[in-house]
Amino acid sequence: MTALLTEATPVVDTAVRLDHVTKSFGRAAAAHVVLDDITLNVAPGEFVCLLGASGCGKSTLLNLVAGLDQPTSGTIDVPGGRAALMFQEHALFPWLTAGQNIELALRLRGVPRGERRAEAQRLLELVRLGGAHGKRVHELSGGMRQRVAMARALAQDAQVLLMDEPFAALDAITRDVLHEELIQIWQETNVSVLFVTHNVREAVRLAQRVVLLSSRPGRIAQEWAIDLPQPRRIESAGVADLAVEITDKLRGEIRRHVQH
Amino acid sequence: MSSTELTSTELTGAAVEPAETKAASASANAAADSASDVSDISAGLDALETQTVERTPLLRVFTSKVLPPLIAIALVLAVWQFAYSAHLKRPDLLPSPLDVWNSLHDQWLQGTILSVIWTSLSRGVLGFLISVLIGTPIGLLVARVKPVRAAIGPILSGLQSIPSVAWVPAAVIWFGLSNATIYAVVLLGAVPSIANGLVAGVDQVQPIYLRAGRTLGATGLRGIRHVLLPAALPGYVAGLKQGWAFSWRSLMAAELIASSPALGLGLGAQLEFSRENLDMPGVLATIILILLVGIGIELLIFNPIERYVLRTRGLLTARR
Repeated sequence: MTALLTEATPVVDTAVRLDHVTKSFGRAAAAHVVLDDITLNVAPGEFVCLLGASGCGKSTLLNLVAGLDQPTSGTIDVPGGRAALMFQEHALFPWLTAGQNIELALRLRGVPRGERRAEAQRLLELVRLGGAHGKRVHELSGGMRQRVAMARALAQDAQVLLMDEPFAALDAITRDVLHEELIQIWQETNVSVLFVTHNVREAVRLAQRVVLLSSRPGRIAQEWAIDLPQPRRIESAGVADLAVEITDKLRGEIRRHVQH
Repeated sequence: MSSTELTSTELTGAAVEPAETKAASASANAAADSASDVSDISAGLDALETQTVERTPLLRVFTSKVLPPLIAIALVLAVWQFAYSAHLKRPDLLPSPLDVWNSLHDQWLQGTILSVIWTSLSRGVLGFLISVLIGTPIGLLVARVKPVRAAIGPILSGLQSIPSVAWVPAAVIWFGLSNATIYAVVLLGAVPSIANGLVAGVDQVQPIYLRAGRTLGATGLRGIRHVLLPAALPGYVAGLKQGWAFSWRSLMAAELIASSPALGLGLGAQLEFSRENLDMPGVLATIILILLVGIGIELLIFNPIERYVLRTRGLLTARR
């Protein structure tokens, strides 16, 4: 059911390639290393979860891949051009309607005016919000906002979707539904997903591959390939078994930080 | 599976017809079943979490918004009338409300009232619009360019604390008794407050919007146009509203001091004219006109814009 990956298999075709990426903040001697020698490949259409406790630099890593920040050393390659990024907060613009938020993303991508409305409607229907085009952000529930945010990210037509704990602020029932919808959208669009979370079960529920990061500095501690068939249930035994295994490893990583 | 069906039926309730749910459950295709399940559940969750905001009934608007100020005005008039009837002051120093009303009525019959208001109002509006054109780029520069902010930011907020009447002598020396003097005073009063409003608006923009904008490709000028300016709009509108109040006050100060027949008769000049004639009803009537025009512009133009901006962003419902 699960296989331990000791050595990263050489990938020819890749959606995201991080090669010995290190990121530190501050200068010279006082520099604080956040990410240390990260080498990671995400294949086209692959769903990878980055898992780690606080201080593992998960969000820093996504910012680097999104191009919002530059690595201290090493190289980051996104052959598809650029990556779309989804945050824990929906980050939708409150001065626009749900549909206009998506249309703005399309406009910034260079989609001609005449095609934007229909394309925005198609994306809204993809996230099951066909009737929400004219709704203001504050009129939508938390789950609906994250679905519009997902549609806006998809509107960028990027090959890679970066998700920074996008469901962490939602209640468990809504999160469960959104997991299922995300998997359906991922299967329909064949986009590569790099999903950051600190929730082990969420990682196992969603990903084809889980990458565990250690904390301070963030290093790749271990990887698991998950071949449980989708759709999975977060409460299923298969998910639970693997979650136990990964949690044990995660706790081991955290225990290393006890001050003696 | 059956527990999921139960939940979905329970959750969707009135939002989805039971027949549809049943049909979906009966479907033999497991994948399609799961897909329609999740759509039903999410539709049910949406229905549960969506709140409907009711409009306040007109009667309640009247009793909660319109009635209190009317009562307050009636009370002020009653106290005023009482002071007049009790002869607290000589009648030529303290005229009755009716005297003031008659003064207004006479001005109306003479046909001067509208032209006097128009003289001042057109100056005020033109001065305000020029202030917007000057204050907006200054505000943007101060908000976004660090050296500019360090250099003129403190001066800009300092300028706001100078009463505009203090500029009148300087303006008279520079420009003589001309329209230029009046516009100079209006601009010196309104430009800093409009610029400061925009600076405050930009400072309050949540960083997440700027990050989201950058990941969508809104950088440079496109970022300013599509993200920064719309996000700063509530603060900017508040600054415009305050800018109008400053324009109007500065204008009155300028008209009052720099009054000359060549400049035409505005409200400020009429106030000074009434004082010279010891026409107390005329003085009070003009003050009331100044108040009405100032408040009228705010109520009829700026408040609806401000309410629209806040309501569309969901910032107004909580304060109701």
